[in-house]
Amino acid sequence: MSSVQIRDVRKSFGNFEVLHGVTVPIEDGQFVVLVGPSGCGKSTLLRMLAGLENITSGTISIGDRVVNNVQPKERDIAMVFQNYALYPHMTVADNMGFSLKLRNAGADEINKRVKRAAEILALGPLLDRYPRQLSGGQRQRVAMGRAIVRDPQVFLFDEPLSNLDAKLRVAMRTEIKELHQRLKTTTVYVTHDQIEAMTMADKIVVMHDGIVEQMGTPLELYDKPDNQFVAGFIGSPAMNFLKGHVRVNGVATFEGPNGVKLPLKTAPAASDGRPAVYGVRPEHFTIADDGAEAEIVVVEPTGSETQVFAKIGGEQVVAVFRERHQFNPGDKIRLKPEPSLVHLFDETTGKRLNS
Amino acid sequence: MADVAIPRAKPQMSEDTAWTRLKHNRNWLGFWFMVPAMAFLIFFLAYPLGLGIWLSFTDTRIGRVGHFVGTENYEWLWDDSIFWLSVFNTLLYTTVASAIKFAVGLYLALLLNENMPFKAMLRAMVLIPFIVPTVLSALAFWWIFDSQFSIISWSLKHLGLINQNINFLGDTTWARICVIFANIWRGVPFVAITLLAGLQTVSPSLYEAATLDGATRWQNFRFITYPLLTPIIAVVMTFSVLFTFTDFQLIWAMTRGGPVNATHLMATLSYQRAIIAGQLGEGAAISSAMIPFLLAAIMVSWFGLQRRKWQQGESND
Repeated sequence: MSSVQIRDVRKSFGNFEVLHGVTVPIEDGQFVVLVGPSGCGKSTLLRMLAGLENITSGTISIGDRVVNNVQPKERDIAMVFQNYALYPHMTVADNMGFSLKLRNAGADEINKRVKRAAEILALGPLLDRYPRQLSGGQRQRVAMGRAIVRDPQVFLFDEPLSNLDAKLRVAMRTEIKELHQRLKTTTVYVTHDQIEAMTMADKIVVMHDGIVEQMGTPLELYDKPDNQFVAGFIGSPAMNFLKGHVRVNGVATFEGPNGVKLPLKTAPAASDGRPAVYGVRPEHFTIADDGAEAEIVVVEPTGSETQVFAKIGGEQVVAVFRERHQFNPGDKIRLKPEPSLVHLFDETTGKRLNS
Repeated sequence: MADVAIPRAKPQMSEDTAWTRLKHNRNWLGFWFMVPAMAFLIFFLAYPLGLGIWLSFTDTRIGRVGHFVGTENYEWLWDDSIFWLSVFNTLLYTTVASAIKFAVGLYLALLLNENMPFKAMLRAMVLIPFIVPTVLSALAFWWIFDSQFSIISWSLKHLGLINQNINFLGDTTWARICVIFANIWRGVPFVAITLLAGLQTVSPSLYEAATLDGATRWQNFRFITYPLLTPIIAVVMTFSVLFTFTDFQLIWAMTRGGPVNATHLMATLSYQRAIIAGQLGEGAAISSAMIPFLLAAIMVSWFGLQRRKWQQGESND
């Protein structure tokens, strides 16, 4: 186990810079999730950590050692690939023992460690099978087994669940988290799925266009997104954004599209008339008489909750209710955002305005 | 529901004539789809092969209908030292050429699979020996190895390494080396390009995984590339061996089996006996004698080609 320090790392392919100075401190034993839309550079960063890509500038250190020029095999890391990258011509046991075999470990030693990893992952009965004979979830576990056997300083996961079906993905998510709680190995996990990030991470690093937008615990990111990008990325269904102006007439309000009045708890200093973006999460709407008028467009019940798509001042928003309201398309309701949970962002920079 | 449906279906079945049932029989329909291909194979492959084998049991000559003579042709060949020499030559030619073609072809394929400038152009260039007509390249080699005008002899003389021309195609050892060299030159592109195609099916993430597991470049080849390539190697080498074993054009254009039969292969000897000398029966016997060797080669590759355990799905053993 080791800490990992990523300091001002840049990466260019030719003249094209894909990472513009990324700094991520990772503590010993932490489960860090790099999350962002495709093309944000998260996988590139992971591959640089693994040593599969060169570092254009900046430093990456594992423990106290700068690994910029250290060969992948000497970095003492193990990686789980998106397509698992299991060796198709080797049995599960051979796949898992391959790294030890390359290190000239004795047969007994290999056997012992493969057995132990197989026990952890419940792979015992599958040890003599070939990858082709395994289901997606089993392959995924073998790929993790291959990493565990190494007993490395750091685990790297590159979108390991994206080839699984939805149900299995949820199960494996829990399994990986449990595994981390048990082994306490520093883990860096890349995904584009914010739910995976939220559920698994000790620390989430939200990346976008080659920069880090925000780092923090899942709930920090959910409660206090630094900017409009993070606000929109974290949470499902996504946060609603309404453009308008801040009004301070004794009491702070927000004038939304077509003059709709929306509540604000406090306004940022000297901000009367300032153009801004009003953000409210779907789950923070309530039905109240003093709410903004909204016309229902679509109602989507999921069982545990109901998603209501409605128009406020001509702009579509989504609200989520756990109560079972009897709504029909075309109905007029009054939606009120909870003022203490409202987010306010600068219209041009997208930076958070309220504290 | 089922009780009602069954008695209703039954009488209808018995009304079907044999012809209607045949019309709806998928195997019967399938048979007719296969007929054109089967007819083609029978008339152009099975029939000539059968005729060839039949010829080998007769004393047919050009211009004279033969009579069945049993195994006389084979008995004659058994005591014919030239025939045995041609068998030896063919085996030597096939073994040496195939082995070198495999080694060079694999090396080239690995090289072409690397990232390098002008990759597409280099890959196309490798194919050149393959697309030049055999007779044309054989003629070129004939000149390269000419006893008086050989460019190799000329170059070596000007470099001061030798004093007189090497008699490439006139010396038995040199002649064998020369024809084997020409065959390798011609056969390498096939092996290289096919193996390259195989290499490209290996997922790059396997190499990345192996690299992280601590594999050196050699170990990457030894434990990942080579095992994953074995099925394709089996196919390529079977074809390569079959083509080399039955080679005729190259030898005939370069040496016609000479000097003193040192480069006579079974195919060229058969042609010489059957067509040039007119002994169709004896030539057919030589050709037929190739069949066991070819069958053996096919058997080897057949077992080599058996799907390996890791290629099979489902079964749990």
